[in-house]
Amino acid sequence: MAAEILLQTPLTQAKVAQLKAGDAVLISGTIYTGRDAAHKKMVDALAQGQELPFDVKDQIIYYVGPSPAKPGQVIGSAGPTTSYRMDAYAPKLIELGLSGMLGKGWRSPEVIEAMQAHGAIYFAAIGGAGAYIARCIKEAEVIAYPELGPEAVRKLRVENLPAIVAIDASGKSIYAEGKARYQQN
Amino acid sequence: MKIIHTDEIIAAVEKLCMDANYFLGEDMLQAFHTAQAAEQSPLGQNVLGILIENADIAKTEQVPMCQDTGMAVIFAELGQEVQVTGMSLTEALNQGVRQGYAKGYLRKSIVKDPTLHRDNTGDNTPTVIHYDIVPGDQLKITVAPKGFGSENMGALKMCKPSDGLEGVINFVVETVDKAGANPCPPIIVGVGVGGDMEKAAILAKHSLLREAGEHNADPEWQKVEAEILRRVNQLGIGPQGFGGTQTALAVHIETFPTHIAGMPVAVNINCHAARHKEVVLTGRDA
Repeated sequence: MAAEILLQTPLTQAKVAQLKAGDAVLISGTIYTGRDAAHKKMVDALAQGQELPFDVKDQIIYYVGPSPAKPGQVIGSAGPTTSYRMDAYAPKLIELGLSGMLGKGWRSPEVIEAMQAHGAIYFAAIGGAGAYIARCIKEAEVIAYPELGPEAVRKLRVENLPAIVAIDASGKSIYAEGKARYQQN
Repeated sequence: MKIIHTDEIIAAVEKLCMDANYFLGEDMLQAFHTAQAAEQSPLGQNVLGILIENADIAKTEQVPMCQDTGMAVIFAELGQEVQVTGMSLTEALNQGVRQGYAKGYLRKSIVKDPTLHRDNTGDNTPTVIHYDIVPGDQLKITVAPKGFGSENMGALKMCKPSDGLEGVINFVVETVDKAGANPCPPIIVGVGVGGDMEKAAILAKHSLLREAGEHNADPEWQKVEAEILRRVNQLGIGPQGFGGTQTALAVHIETFPTHIAGMPVAVNINCHAARHKEVVLTGRDA
């Protein structure tokens, strides 16, 4: 495996342009969490002309619903959830400047088109490695929708969170390329 | 005749919920190491290394290996010479889940109504319980928390008898191919063949309770398990779907006689966090 790229947020267009599918990165800085219910609320808020709980421009949203923190922990286990369930909402946020999504699994053609049009990266974290990834999260604060419990929007400070560039801003995908490389017959 | 009080059942289920989420089975860890040695993709090898480290952190710190601590699925085999006293057995199993998920800092992931009111119940109940009444004077309880990244990728097909063995194999392989990266490979593929619609689905889920790679007792079906595993691992999906040769760690098939007109096939995919813990309660003499 090639050496990891150190990636500091915010994820500006200059940084987006340099990332290629298959790159291993270590993400540090502020990222935000949001999954099914939070995405629905955010997109509903936009439809009603309201503001989002945070400015998505040049930011990364991590698709995660952590388990509860034990006493003394910053956050409970916090691996990625499957991203396709956010596909219906993601293009709207990408249009508003969201430049990174962190999750796991395949994305829809609509999401990839929006990523190409507006310059965004889809990162894959290691699904199921919830205890491992929690160690990379140094601060966590609920900033919106606390009523959603594990699905609330959190602001996280992460250090060296390992991820792979799954789909880059040109639309190239590690899922398609990797599968083609190792497929037999 | 034996008597088992529900207080004992509640305490047992509470512990099983926590243990299942903290302690990955040795069979799975062994399977990770075997897959890491066999994997051709460097990135895939790296993923497997992280999964081994993740399981170690979860065990050492007693935290969930995955944040999706699942819908708590329980298989209860009740000996017909057992009398359960206290509350209802179903309520006791649910109370055990409630306490286990609260005390164990496990995520509560159940919503009240699947469609109309998706409000979290707050205590991870109700649990899905599969009862079986069996000979004997013991109560065996297996808790198998199931995350929905993998559960969502399952499928069921009412195949025609003329589809034959090739039809069964093709449907399983297609289901894994469509699932791709979503169910957190490397996966365990649970397959139920026969019975009726719901029987096939329960067989597929039940097969996931086996140790990874433990074969069907029937040598003919063992060969089918091996053939499906070979075909699945030729798909190229690999660990986390990043490409590789280790998409599945094992294929488990369970079968049941079926109707002259049918051949139901159910596929239940388990992520690499293949969690299940069991206990046998013996109670006291009546």
